[in-house]
Amino acid sequence: MTVRTVLEAVRETMREEMRRDERVVLLGEDVGARGGVFRASEGLVQEFGEERVIDTPLAEGAIVGVAIGMSLNGLRPIAEIQFADFIHPAFDQIVSEAARIRYRSNGAWGCPLVVRAPYGGGVHGALYHSQSVEAFFAHVPGLKVVAPSTPQDVKGLLTAALRDDDPVIFLEHKRTYRLIKGEVPDGDFVLPLGKAEVKRAGEHVSVFTYGMAVHHALQAAEEVAKEGVSVEVVDLRTLKPLDTETVLASVRKTGKALVVHEDNLTGGFGAEVAAIIAQEAFDSLDGPVTRLAGPDVPAMPFSPPLEEAFIPGPEKIAAAIRKLAAY
Amino acid sequence: MRQTSHAPASTADYTTLGLTPDALADIYYHMSLARALDERMVILHRQGKVVFLVSCQGHEAAQVGSALAVKKGADFVVPYYRDTALVLALGMTPRDVMLGLFARAADPCSGGRQMPMHWSSRDLKIVTGSSPVATHIIHAVGIAYATRLRHEKTVAITFFGDGASSEGDFHEGLNFAGVHKLPVVFVCENNGYAISTPQRKQMAIKNIADRAEGYGFPGVVVDGMDVLAVFATVKEAMERARNGGGPTLVEAKTYRFLPHSSDDDDRSYRSREEVEEWRRRDPVERFRAYLAQQHLLTPEREAKIKGRVAREVDEAQAFAEASPLPAPDTLLRHVYSEG
Repeated sequence: MTVRTVLEAVRETMREEMRRDERVVLLGEDVGARGGVFRASEGLVQEFGEERVIDTPLAEGAIVGVAIGMSLNGLRPIAEIQFADFIHPAFDQIVSEAARIRYRSNGAWGCPLVVRAPYGGGVHGALYHSQSVEAFFAHVPGLKVVAPSTPQDVKGLLTAALRDDDPVIFLEHKRTYRLIKGEVPDGDFVLPLGKAEVKRAGEHVSVFTYGMAVHHALQAAEEVAKEGVSVEVVDLRTLKPLDTETVLASVRKTGKALVVHEDNLTGGFGAEVAAIIAQEAFDSLDGPVTRLAGPDVPAMPFSPPLEEAFIPGPEKIAAAIRKLAAY
Repeated sequence: MRQTSHAPASTADYTTLGLTPDALADIYYHMSLARALDERMVILHRQGKVVFLVSCQGHEAAQVGSALAVKKGADFVVPYYRDTALVLALGMTPRDVMLGLFARAADPCSGGRQMPMHWSSRDLKIVTGSSPVATHIIHAVGIAYATRLRHEKTVAITFFGDGASSEGDFHEGLNFAGVHKLPVVFVCENNGYAISTPQRKQMAIKNIADRAEGYGFPGVVVDGMDVLAVFATVKEAMERARNGGGPTLVEAKTYRFLPHSSDDDDRSYRSREEVEEWRRRDPVERFRAYLAQQHLLTPEREAKIKGRVAREVDEAQAFAEASPLPAPDTLLRHVYSEG
């Protein structure tokens, strides 16, 4: 075991997979000499050379489109989008191309690639460096969507994503990058995509969430525990495919479900989780399935009070838990 | 570019292009096959037997001439939906085309999932494409990057229309290819219209090939109605790419004789006189005239080719019509890898 930050886990996982498999290449803006704007690829160009760590022109559609072509011709590319906020020019390549290649060729062609993108707010990133984009991609069959919260999960899931035969959107919450540290297993370590994890076991209320909000939820759970409320925190880890089994098992135990995400409320991924619970675990429910999410405003503002007001942090989560526990 | 009189057959000397009389006969066969198959598909649509098609009539020289420069099964080909003659010349069969037209389970491109003319063949390295234009240009660039990384001697060649050249993906793809000097050839089949929008409303320049200069590699204009001229141009581009000389943008000036698709009506945007004027430069007729001029097409040989084409078209249609449709329970397959 080695203690790493989330950011270090991203970097070391890429390094290990690039050492293990010469088909793995990394392309994106400033990933080479600069090592990425977050330093996620620091040192990789020195080890693997400019042919495998590729500084691209500033064109997100080309970053993903070139990665698709590489994938069709036997490589295992990692396409880094500098900020998830900039992924939208690549939406067509991801959704209309990568996601549909296997289906539209009746299984003849596949498109194994990983699109990595730092997402989420709380780092004074304002409208265009704070966005959560998971709901757009979780809607699309053919894609897998991963949003880990800890260094260990980053290693296990990024390794799995890079060995997967289908396109994976790998979303790294940028607030976790340097804030969250933890032990990471040394050597080969793979976690299956599509498996949630109970990060804290509890009896009264289940909280379903992912990314940075997992840590907010754990903090809230600690807080309400002092008041005698026992909270189970389920880290979804993979949004697509969703581990409905773990979600339903938890809600059948507690009878109460709170779904939390930083992305705005309407049409967010929480709506999907809530709908599944309502349909599949109706008889177990002892309170309304509740969503707590970012507000329906176009994006997270810059000024600190506005930013804080946007984020569903520990206090808001604790308040929602109390309300649900008392129902 | 446009000529009012009958265009000359071709100025090319086939021997200097390394072609034999048999190779020329094969070119003529593929052009004739593409034309006859396309005409049959149009009839089937008018009869209400099929719901949709994209015609390639008029583009046969641009496509068959290009295919001839491809190392089949080795080079990657990333086509677009108007490339029926191209894929036939690369080795897809009339049956393959008809199976797609009739949306049959055995359609090798997509098992009846995509609209007809969305070509794909893993064996022939014809890469699956979509309907939005220009997205595939970038895929060819990524394919070429992988080829170069592994020090292979194969080339990626991609095809698209003039309309696609307005998309951002065209710019992004060519720019990336230029930066890395990749083994990729871009062939623009410029037929002068993006559905109804004429070239003058799409761009302020006359030649799309001129844009290549902005990406740091050569751009070449070729008469897309002359199959040997296209072959000579694309062959040179492929050789340059194969030998580390980087990309080329080839612009084949051509014309589509029919509307954009079976759902289009071109009478609202093109005069009949204009269409007739271009029909006088029909690439199939023109190559036939060339072969006659070279004393390479006896009436017997032509009859033999036409007979073969007619039989193959009939047989392909019958085969596809008798072939089963996809089973509804296959709808959910191949969303993800099935291991």
